[in-house]
Amino acid sequence: MRYGLVIDLGRCTGCGACAVACKGENATPPGVFWSRVHIYETGTYPHAKLRFLPTLCMHCDEPACEKACPTGATWVRHGGIVMVNNEQCIGCGYCVWACPYQARALNREEARPYHPAHGCTPFEKLGYVAHAKGLIEKCTFCAHLLDRGEQPACVATCPSRARIFGDLDDPESEVARLIAERHPRARLPELETRPKVFYLGGC
Amino acid sequence: MRRRLWIALALGLLFGLGGLAGLIDRFGNGHINANYGSGVPWALWVVFYIYFIGLSAGAFLISSLVYVFGVRRFERVGRLAVFTALICLITALSFIWLDLGHMFRAYRTILNPNFRSPMAWMIWLYSGYFLILLGEGWFLMRRDFAAMRAQGGVRGRLLGVLAFGTRPDTGQGQARDLRVVRVLGTIGVPLAVAFHGGVGALFAVLASRPYWNTGLFPVMFLISALASGGALLTAITQLLFNRDGSFDDEVRSLGRLVLLLLFVDVIMEIAEILISLYPSSPAHRAPFEEQMFGPYWWTFWILGLGMALVGPSIGLFVARRSPRWIGLLSLVAVIGFVGVRWNIVLPGYANELIPGLNMAYAETKLSLAYSPANMEWLVVSGAIGAALVFFVAGAWLFPLLGREQGKKVEDTLSTAGLADLAVKEVE
Repeated sequence: MRYGLVIDLGRCTGCGACAVACKGENATPPGVFWSRVHIYETGTYPHAKLRFLPTLCMHCDEPACEKACPTGATWVRHGGIVMVNNEQCIGCGYCVWACPYQARALNREEARPYHPAHGCTPFEKLGYVAHAKGLIEKCTFCAHLLDRGEQPACVATCPSRARIFGDLDDPESEVARLIAERHPRARLPELETRPKVFYLGGC
Repeated sequence: MRRRLWIALALGLLFGLGGLAGLIDRFGNGHINANYGSGVPWALWVVFYIYFIGLSAGAFLISSLVYVFGVRRFERVGRLAVFTALICLITALSFIWLDLGHMFRAYRTILNPNFRSPMAWMIWLYSGYFLILLGEGWFLMRRDFAAMRAQGGVRGRLLGVLAFGTRPDTGQGQARDLRVVRVLGTIGVPLAVAFHGGVGALFAVLASRPYWNTGLFPVMFLISALASGGALLTAITQLLFNRDGSFDDEVRSLGRLVLLLLFVDVIMEIAEILISLYPSSPAHRAPFEEQMFGPYWWTFWILGLGMALVGPSIGLFVARRSPRWIGLLSLVAVIGFVGVRWNIVLPGYANELIPGLNMAYAETKLSLAYSPANMEWLVVSGAIGAALVFFVAGAWLFPLLGREQGKKVEDTLSTAGLADLAVKEVE
């Protein structure tokens, strides 16, 4: 089994719900983003166009970050999900440089509350346990939800259903069919990292 | 102790005490007050790490000219070169240790190494190199330690302990020790080449960063290590130990060697810059434009090009007979090499493979605009101060220039049978 994600840019409205859902599900502290939406402009007036590029860890089949990690803290779990072992990470930052997708966050500070004047909320107190300082963080495809048979938070929340998630090895899955029929593109294929996140439509 | 060593000690204490606040901040508050983050994960301390690692490798490779290749011209500064390499290695590793998110897990790179990672190779090579330096230093000086035990006092007692039961030279002993040093040095040369070329490779293997992803990098690292390490050794020999002109010959020879290495380094730099600026690919061009015309342009033009490469190259050629000028110009080059190292690390972030991604959210630690925080500079000051203090302490304690410091040492190489290897010197 290999989990994969197709993002249909034709459907993406740039609402940012995926980034917010990720923050909500994983309680990432300020300054740490596992999922982002890059909003940019192409063309010039009167033909200028606003475009959206949602990004996250590409969970590559040949992850450059895993190769770079000096302690083996980055590993690939069942389903081809690239993970970071919090106990083994020394926080050197080499994987952050190695990742061509800028998907890794360097969380070198103690997680701080979003509203410092009010201190940490009960949600933050509970969530920040998984965000010890000095570590590298990244998207896990919400592995804890997958283990319960659910979809990743960003997929479940996307209001325009621009994210299609599933098993790339199952030819009957929607994600595999989309790849076979519509040939979505992976980012930076020339680096041969073989990402499992694909993009449909122009970007 | 010589007056110049007292001045170095005072400078070391000044830097060290000045930097104490930064070290307290780093240990007390972690990385909160630093300006690096996810956008620029490696910053000022990594600049100084590769700077000091280069100085160490360069100084060590010059010592190997004596103990491995039998170049007797540098014989009297051989121990000094080994000790300088050791201090620079420890300083470099301190910088990278302070840069880690989890400093106290550093041992995991030894216990759980991932040998597909160039960084894991580095740690193992450093460990081997560190042991070689310790071993070489001890075998070079242990007979002197034993002999100086008789002098008594704090120094005599300390050296007596460090002799670990060695007896003073009986004639054969020193020659035997030098053979051990030759073996250690022979192992150390490929180690030093591997780890410093490897530091270059650490950057060069990252296909995600086109600025670093060049085969020239490991070679450039080695050449500039030799040039900067040679310049440091020259500056130390002249400014700290050449009081009465007894080291004039060594300083002149070192000056010529540094000049040659700087010349090769300049050619390498020109090759790299021209090749990267020629194609229209912004991934290659942008980091060079950043270093030449960005907010830290002076690190390229003044420090790197002016003080490290072109200035000393011209100066060392014009003033090649004057030990005083050679020492001073070497010091200028050593300081300037900070700029060369700065421009290896920091422009690496100037190009994103997905342009603008780091601007997706307004958050300081995601920004690519980096300028070192006061805390970062203070830590640099503290570490350099500590290095100076340790160097002066070592220069006081150890017979770095032989037992009768400053005078010609005995013809130890020939007694060790190394003279056969001696390179014919052209006067």
